[in-house]
Amino acid sequence: MENPYLPYPVRIDDIIVESEDRSLKTFKFVFLDPDDEARFAYKAGQFAELSIAGVGEIPIGIASSPVEKGFIKFTVNKAGVVTTHLHNMKVGDIMGVRGPLGNWYPWEMLEGKNVLIVGGGFAFTTLRSSIIYMLDPANRSKFKDITVVYGARTPGMLLYKDELIEWEKRDDINVHITVDGTDDPDWKYNVGFVPPITEQKAPQGDADSYAIVCGPPIMIKFTQPVLETLGYDHDHIILSLENRMKCGIGMCGRCGIGRELVCKDGPVFTLAEVNQTPREY
Amino acid sequence: MKVIKIEKSDLAAGLDKLRGGYRLFGPVKDKTSHGFQELAAGQAPDLAFQNTRLSPKNLVFPQSETLLAYSLDGNDPEGHIAREVDKDYSPRAVIGIRPCDAKALTLVKMNFDTDAFKDPYWLNLYNASTFVGLACDAPGGTCFCTTTGSGPFHEEGLDVLLVDQHDHFLAKVLTDKGEKLMTAAGFNQSADGDAAVEKAKTAAEAAITTAIVTDSLAAADPMALYNADIWEDIAFACINCGTCTFSCPTCWCFDIQDEAQGNKGVRMRNWDSCMFPLFTMHTTGHNPRDTKVKRTRQRFMHKLKYFVDKYNAGIMCVGCGRCVRQCPVNIDIRKVSALMNNVGDAAKCAV
Amino acid sequence: MSTYTENIQQIAQRLLKECRVEMVIGFRKGSMPLMNEPCVITQPEAVNQLVWDSNCGINLTHYLTNRKEKIGIVAKGCDSRNIVTHITENKIQREQLVIIGVPCLGMIDRRKINAMVEGDIQSVSETDDAVTVATRNGEQTFAKMDVLQQNCAVCVHRNPVIHDEMVADPVPEQNGVDQYADVAAIEAMTPDARWRFFDELLAPCIRCYACRNACPLCYCPTCFVDESKPQWVGKSQDPMDVRTFHFLRAYHCAGRCTDCGACERACPVGINMRLLTKKLNKDCLDLYGWEAGLSPDARPALDVYKANDPEDFIK
Repeated sequence: MENPYLPYPVRIDDIIVESEDRSLKTFKFVFLDPDDEARFAYKAGQFAELSIAGVGEIPIGIASSPVEKGFIKFTVNKAGVVTTHLHNMKVGDIMGVRGPLGNWYPWEMLEGKNVLIVGGGFAFTTLRSSIIYMLDPANRSKFKDITVVYGARTPGMLLYKDELIEWEKRDDINVHITVDGTDDPDWKYNVGFVPPITEQKAPQGDADSYAIVCGPPIMIKFTQPVLETLGYDHDHIILSLENRMKCGIGMCGRCGIGRELVCKDGPVFTLAEVNQTPREY
Repeated sequence: MKVIKIEKSDLAAGLDKLRGGYRLFGPVKDKTSHGFQELAAGQAPDLAFQNTRLSPKNLVFPQSETLLAYSLDGNDPEGHIAREVDKDYSPRAVIGIRPCDAKALTLVKMNFDTDAFKDPYWLNLYNASTFVGLACDAPGGTCFCTTTGSGPFHEEGLDVLLVDQHDHFLAKVLTDKGEKLMTAAGFNQSADGDAAVEKAKTAAEAAITTAIVTDSLAAADPMALYNADIWEDIAFACINCGTCTFSCPTCWCFDIQDEAQGNKGVRMRNWDSCMFPLFTMHTTGHNPRDTKVKRTRQRFMHKLKYFVDKYNAGIMCVGCGRCVRQCPVNIDIRKVSALMNNVGDAAKCAV
Repeated sequence: MSTYTENIQQIAQRLLKECRVEMVIGFRKGSMPLMNEPCVITQPEAVNQLVWDSNCGINLTHYLTNRKEKIGIVAKGCDSRNIVTHITENKIQREQLVIIGVPCLGMIDRRKINAMVEGDIQSVSETDDAVTVATRNGEQTFAKMDVLQQNCAVCVHRNPVIHDEMVADPVPEQNGVDQYADVAAIEAMTPDARWRFFDELLAPCIRCYACRNACPLCYCPTCFVDESKPQWVGKSQDPMDVRTFHFLRAYHCAGRCTDCGACERACPVGINMRLLTKKLNKDCLDLYGWEAGLSPDARPALDVYKANDPEDFIK
């Protein structure tokens, strides 16, 4: 019997400080056993348990994309016991990764559709995975218009800045970068919270359009009416939820919202589905 | 179905014969109550009990269990790599489990044995076990198994069902596993006991005097139940201890913890409880179930509604009555279910 | 005691009707013999739910912590002492409360009485000094003294120490009881025997925390066993962690515990963890002449310094 609690051993291959306050770092892992990479086959939107012996595990969305090979990447906010320990680890250190876990953004359903991505803060990780996946030459033709609205508190808090700037210049994706505020005179992108920028920049919703929303609760709360106004139905608004988790495989019981388990039945739900469950996340 | 007669005077000798091939577990009385534990050589199960104080779920789901182990030695090539630990999954015989508790394990199995993932720890222990049930002749005043889809002679989850006939047991052999155990014990005296078993069963079922009402729960709107105005009153007395969840044979929630000392460590799981605030507390301090009302509601909604909706296999309760007996403040699932069921009824009438 | 229920209902109704309180916290009849359920009544017409008998052992002060409403609360002697402690510790304001005092004759130990009869108890009736239980096999009557909770049997503060209403005249206090015989017996053990005794005492613990959660003193927003940064105590069934929980909790109750017995009563596996808190109660009494919760005007023993405090334990 395969043991779903057993992590794949990995080595930290690279650590990138993502944010000016150093609270966000991206960890690049390689599998000690190269065969584990195939076993870890994942889709954009899934997460994994980062597993540190002697400390514990933490569920984190996968920031690398299925089309990127040879490594996996996670961007981690320093917050609790495990993430704080992880932030103090070094390149070359050995740890574990358990997954992939949860469901993913509904890629088959999204084929042939317009995709609007709305992200805020450090919840941009699986959205990065998704964008890289959709922009891959083998995949881009499967989707119609791709629009991204992504914001952070300040320019220094934006994740993946180099990639953002590069995407912003491309014509096969409409990227709208925004910050809550900045005193940088050279800032050439938007200033404003994500919901109003979405209202200004995002295309109208219709039967052929889906919105994927990932961000802090306050952003999701104020983005929802904007998307409704734009014409996105609740079953066309896709959310990725977060909840306290332990097992990640639907057994330990804590991440339940109604009959759904965020770790196994989610984390990706449509707003229509979420409306049918208690908002206990 | 095969029925075998076991003279009570032969039981101990038969169980002793099993010891070569099985580890034996059974009810044992401490100072005040019965509990399941491994039977030492020569130790017989004490079958003079109504039910054990705690459920036998710990036989397949220990309260604390090591999952993985690792070295934290940087010089060890295996350092920081978690590995499985050796476990004893040799055959076990659980003697004297009550039918409600065996049925409970079949409900819990739905959680640990899924298409996507299988919990090897729970399943290996479950599969290694042969369950020899003891039918309930004298159910207690807090027993309501017959309205939960179980019963004092319920056979689901059992390999053998023992029926007490004063000087002997009639053993209904229910599975191949049960057959194998009976053969190993040398119990082979066929009996024409069906009528006697049926008679005892009818009497036992008639002795169950209380019920849980659940008929309107499946059709009820989960959000209407969730938002019903019954919860403040239900939860007022609750002190948010874990007694109900820890004594419940169908509660399976757990926590995973790393414990390390020096250069060695283990990852283990421990029973957890939806009654505890820490159960759902996010790192940020945000807690989606931050009040005892929400936590109490979660427990009953999970047992009586979410589980019903998720598995379509009835409620997540077998009517053993432990939570009713042991709740320090007398919160009674029968009363709560009736209140929830009323909400379902009212919704039906509203149409 | 037969008039208690009626008097509690009348007082509660009057308090609610006159808007002197927004709610009354008391007990309603339980769903099974020997159990009542703490409840809150907010409507004058609902006061007939309130009951009183010898199955009201849970300490209702637990339900007062940090409440902001004006509250009527039914309080026996020990409850009233914990209300005093709550007031002293700023967990409730005296002005918020109308204390409905109940002179108490002791609470029944349901496990004890269950163990004394064959078969399930189907019903119970009681007088001031006797308890009669009915089972399938018939009726049995016990002297109440023989089936009381241990803490009630040695209680010397049966009457509320603080109250605004009384449901009856005070009952005589028990004189000449040896409150600490059980503690003295443990003190007399050799260290090895004592260690074994505590090992056995705590062995059945399942860490459900019913003792802590039933205790009106255990109101910390985050208990030390639940802290994760840093984590003080492991979460498993390791005996060291189990002991750490019980020993430390007892120390947190030093000079505050009224021996109300809620912890032991709540324990699903019958552990008498009161032996730990009682030792500290005894020390507080012996060393400082202190008993918790007798007056809202007195500062607790561990809260004040007196020139004549014993100090020979400080080396």
